[in-house]
Amino acid sequence: MIGPETSSKGQSQVSTAGGRSEQAEAAPDLSVLGERQGRGHSIDVKDLNAYYGQQHAVKALTMTFVANEVTAIIGPSGSGKSTVVRCINRMHEEIPGARADGSVTLDEIDVYDPGVDLTAVRRMIGMVFQKPNPFPTMSIFDNVAAGLRLTGTKSDNLRERVHRALRAVGLWGEVKNRLNEPGIGLSGGQQQRLCIARTVAVEPEVILMDEPCSALDPIATLKVEELIDELKARYTIIIVTHNMQQAARVANTTAFMLDGELIEHRATNDVFTNPTDERTERYVTGKFG
Amino acid sequence: MSALSLPETSARRRRTDKVMRATLLVATLVALIPLLLIIYYLLKEGLGSINANFFTQDPTGSYFGSVGGVRSAILGSLEMVLVATVISVPIGIGVALYLTEYGKDSRFADVVRYFVDVMTGVPSIVFGLFIFITLVLAHVGGNFTAWKASVALALLMLPIIIRSAEVVLLLVPSSLREAALALGAPRWRVISKVVLPTALPGLITGSLLAIARAMGETAPLLFTVAGATGLTFSLSQQMNALPLQIYNDILSPRAAVISQAWAAGLTLVALVLILNLIARAFSRRSRLA
Amino acid sequence: MEASATPVGGGRSVLERSSLSRLPDRVLKWGLISLAVLILALIVYFFIRLIGESGSTFSTFGLSFIFGNDWDVSRNIYHGAPLVVGTLITSGIALVLGVPVAVATALYITELCPRRLRAPLSMLVDLLAAVPSVVYGLWGVFFLAPKLLGAEKWFANTFSFIPWIGGGASTATPTNYFIASLVLAIMILPIVSAISREVLATVPQEHKEAALALGATRWEMIRMAILPYARPGIVGGAMLGLGRALGETIAVVLLIGDAPVIGKHLFSQGYSLAAVIANEFGEATGIHRSALFAAGLVLFVLTLLVNIVARAYVARGTRGHRDAGGTAGAVMVAADEGPIQ
Repeated sequence: MIGPETSSKGQSQVSTAGGRSEQAEAAPDLSVLGERQGRGHSIDVKDLNAYYGQQHAVKALTMTFVANEVTAIIGPSGSGKSTVVRCINRMHEEIPGARADGSVTLDEIDVYDPGVDLTAVRRMIGMVFQKPNPFPTMSIFDNVAAGLRLTGTKSDNLRERVHRALRAVGLWGEVKNRLNEPGIGLSGGQQQRLCIARTVAVEPEVILMDEPCSALDPIATLKVEELIDELKARYTIIIVTHNMQQAARVANTTAFMLDGELIEHRATNDVFTNPTDERTERYVTGKFG
Repeated sequence: MSALSLPETSARRRRTDKVMRATLLVATLVALIPLLLIIYYLLKEGLGSINANFFTQDPTGSYFGSVGGVRSAILGSLEMVLVATVISVPIGIGVALYLTEYGKDSRFADVVRYFVDVMTGVPSIVFGLFIFITLVLAHVGGNFTAWKASVALALLMLPIIIRSAEVVLLLVPSSLREAALALGAPRWRVISKVVLPTALPGLITGSLLAIARAMGETAPLLFTVAGATGLTFSLSQQMNALPLQIYNDILSPRAAVISQAWAAGLTLVALVLILNLIARAFSRRSRLA
Repeated sequence: MEASATPVGGGRSVLERSSLSRLPDRVLKWGLISLAVLILALIVYFFIRLIGESGSTFSTFGLSFIFGNDWDVSRNIYHGAPLVVGTLITSGIALVLGVPVAVATALYITELCPRRLRAPLSMLVDLLAAVPSVVYGLWGVFFLAPKLLGAEKWFANTFSFIPWIGGGASTATPTNYFIASLVLAIMILPIVSAISREVLATVPQEHKEAALALGATRWEMIRMAILPYARPGIVGGAMLGLGRALGETIAVVLLIGDAPVIGKHLFSQGYSLAAVIANEFGEATGIHRSALFAAGLVLFVLTLLVNIVARAYVARGTRGHRDAGGTAGAVMVAADEGPIQ
């Protein structure tokens, strides 16, 4: 557990070690990112199979992640939920011996099409990981700028976009005076929001989140959930979580997976109060997990 | 439906990626070229001189007539390294035992460890100088003698053995030690009956690698045994050794001697390789990580 | 708290061991400690003796032993700048040539090559360390030096406008700084590559994934997430390679030309600290011998310093990061043990 975030009173001085005392926070404000071009995009998964060597981790999965909504995937450990998400931006195959087949369509583009540009896909579909992973040798600024620098975004434009991303995730107030300090000097919750800012800076269409709060304390978790609520207006969000209360808090629809299969996928409320499948009912009532 | 198009990854980036990956591959191949060339030339120039005489005669050192063989060199190398092994392996493993069994929290052990670490970086010529100063100059038991060379080689082997032994001993699970201690066994018994047998393959590996290293060393020999061409088994006399023989032969004006030097080099490399292979076989048999 | 157990003979309880049965333990412990003390004492003793033997050199020549340019055996003048300069030049060039190749192979092996090729490739690169230096010398003298002489002459001619490197074909001799440096580069390659490989293996997967998830190409991921993280460790590895190059004797004495001057060009002859000791030891007496010891002292101190700094870097590189495990010891043993582990 990373230490709790505290807000100090008034204009106290910014500390460098551990980032414990901060200035008054700002709420996430996505409007700084400017007018949204066009409407959001959905992800259609058809017949997705994923393997780790011989192990069949995801079995013929078909589901749709609706644009501009938050879809949660819940299920016990080993159900394949993280694997599904990692298949969407084709990170799954980075693991030695892992492979997948099927189709994952972002609007009209199947990311598993052999001719598709992998790095472009990953730019369109961003990912936030379970353990916050800012680049340890980079400053806060450089972390957010990392993705932008890849495409040659230059000085003024770069600075502009980094600041906007930080404002968008509500981190600006806490870091604006120490952009040059190491990213890993922040608290856990701040690091995670930094990673989200890094993802948002490259303007993806979809954001995948693999248990983004499981390494954070409750206060930091709430902050991130508040951010997710703001983000869905602009992006399509898919969040894997083992925390059912979290799914209930943030997700429009929830999918329950078990042993690599999709058991049911409906409006969150329905999944928790009136599940159609007996296995879903057993899971959400805590009979196993 | 506003169709989505992927942001294209610029041709420049793709080209850089291809070029750099190719560069890394080429560099790896370049690194292997010298190895291939050395092996090739050793075989090409040396195989011709390998015959029965090569192993059964001593170098004649004369300017005409037969060049003889390298028997005294091979046997001398084997004997001197053997003596060095007998000296350095028990001491080395002993010091490693001290560091792992008794020295976990001791400042003194830290100092020893640090010094041993530093010792591994000392050039072999310096070890030769050391023995020259302390034993040869002082005329301890003769001038240049084989046993002094063994001592110099032992000094060289010592840090290697200590450090590799320490790594291996640390891999012995403490649960094994604790189980034995809990049964009431005194420390020395735990070491002799539990720790050492478990670590044995790894210890052998480390020792064999140190031996292989010692076999190839020339500089320490220059100052301690100075090489003679005649066959002797007496440690209190000057003895020949393969590296010494080769070193002296390089400066010879006779082509036949040079050929023999290649053959001797081939023999030496073969010996070192065999030792390395045996070491590897032992490390495979180790039940530790 | 003594348990009041049934007393055994001698009035002690069953729970106490006799001092006799504790003896082997004590003997072992103190025996091992004295071994360790012995090692330390040895190092200190050597240092003192070496200083003692070099004493007359420094009292006669002072600092010009290191900085003066005049090493003349016939006049018994021993100003060793040619030695120091030659040592630094050959080691420096060896680093420049060897480290990039070594790091590149480490990167290729850990990041790019097919998994099943990793072990064989690593083993092959490590095999370079198994070749004894006298064999490197042999191969250098009879194969590499003659083979490259033509190319060296061409290089000196074509680039004659560059000071020191160029100078016309006539400056190139079969044995020279360059060829010695090249062979040194080959000799340090395995150690730098082995350490680099270990260091690269400690880069946490999560940073690599973060880079890839942002849409980085493989090379961009290496540049962004791997190299910055691995830099301290790799620098440490390079310095260990430097230490090795500084102290190498046999290959250098056979390939550098053994001319007691500061060579005017890259392809001219020169000398080094280790080479002069190996070469002139045979008949040295009196002040000459002392000068050779002094050269040994300088070499010893130099390699000691480089090694101490190097190990600090490697330790930082494999331990300093939050996420890295403490593999520093294993790293350095891997480097010293040589191939095939």
